[in-house]
Amino acid sequence: MAKVLVVTSGKGGVGKTTTTAALGAALAQSGQKVVVVDFDVGLRNLDLVMGAERRVVFDLINVVQGVAKLSQALIRDKRLENLWLLPASQTRDKDALTDEGIGSIIAELRTRYDWIICDSPAGIERGAMLAMRYADEAVIVTNPEVSSVRDSDRIIGMLDSKTVKAEKGEQVKKHVLITRYDTARAARGEMLTIEDILEILATPLLGIIPESQDVLRASNVGSPVTLNNAASAPARAYTDAARRLMGETIAMLVPTERKGLMDRLLGRRAAA
Amino acid sequence: MSASLLRFFSGRSAPAPATAPVARERLQILLAHERSLRGQTDLLEVLREEILAVVSRHVDLDPDKVIVKMERGESVSTLEVDIELPNGCERRIAAVG
Repeated sequence: MAKVLVVTSGKGGVGKTTTTAALGAALAQSGQKVVVVDFDVGLRNLDLVMGAERRVVFDLINVVQGVAKLSQALIRDKRLENLWLLPASQTRDKDALTDEGIGSIIAELRTRYDWIICDSPAGIERGAMLAMRYADEAVIVTNPEVSSVRDSDRIIGMLDSKTVKAEKGEQVKKHVLITRYDTARAARGEMLTIEDILEILATPLLGIIPESQDVLRASNVGSPVTLNNAASAPARAYTDAARRLMGETIAMLVPTERKGLMDRLLGRRAAA
Repeated sequence: MSASLLRFFSGRSAPAPATAPVARERLQILLAHERSLRGQTDLLEVLREEILAVVSRHVDLDPDKVIVKMERGESVSTLEVDIELPNGCERRIAAVG
């Protein structure tokens, strides 16, 4: 049965779009049929991170307004035949997104895909509300930093009250994904630990994505990090997270970057 | 040899004090407060709507002039209801009463 997954956070810049692309690609690689949907009207970026920015013809709002058919707006990934993108509009008024319009698009996507992954805009306004509205599950992307944890808590409150599932008295299944995690800094007491974050948010952990150069490298070339360098630490962490979403039990590893001798000698002071 | 001299020779500055425990404690206090407000704002809105409905049955009211506030005290909380009535309705209220 199709699952609608929202990738959300409240705070901007924590890695929602990176996560949407990486989880989408990882699920598609394991044979699932996946569509990633960009809800960030006016500031779309999922197309760019996926490397499909020059192939966008129609977008989500065109479909809501009946200007284009859903099949005309969907873009198939060039690397993975199971992966599709539904881009957001770059120019149109975001009020053009309606609850009913999104509801009927989600319902249609449910008949065609195994996973519908909704990339939420930052904030708690209309776009973010609509991105989570029809979700069955939610990935709350959180950085080990006070403002991000606070915003995640707020978003968890909204997932429990403003979604269709919540209104029916059911629960959206929530997962916390910690991104930009730096083990060394956490060990030195400079950064909230995994345990701190999980205890505060009281939500199960989906994965820990280490702070890594590979994330920027992948977005530079327009490739989900799981495809660009599958052996890298963030790619492995995302692949494990995707398998957990599919119900597998995989031991949670706190990622560590392998360091050379010079890094080890110089690293401590460089990072401080 | 003093500790600072040792640090000088080892080339390391004094380790910065761990700030994460402070972050954790501040978050726990703040979020406990914000979570308690979340339910409360909903309750206030329900109370406002229902009070407005009851009073509107007898008096024509501007919905924006019904203000419901809750003050949290240590031992008791108070509910403050402030309803502005249009001029000329006092006589009607006296007649009903």
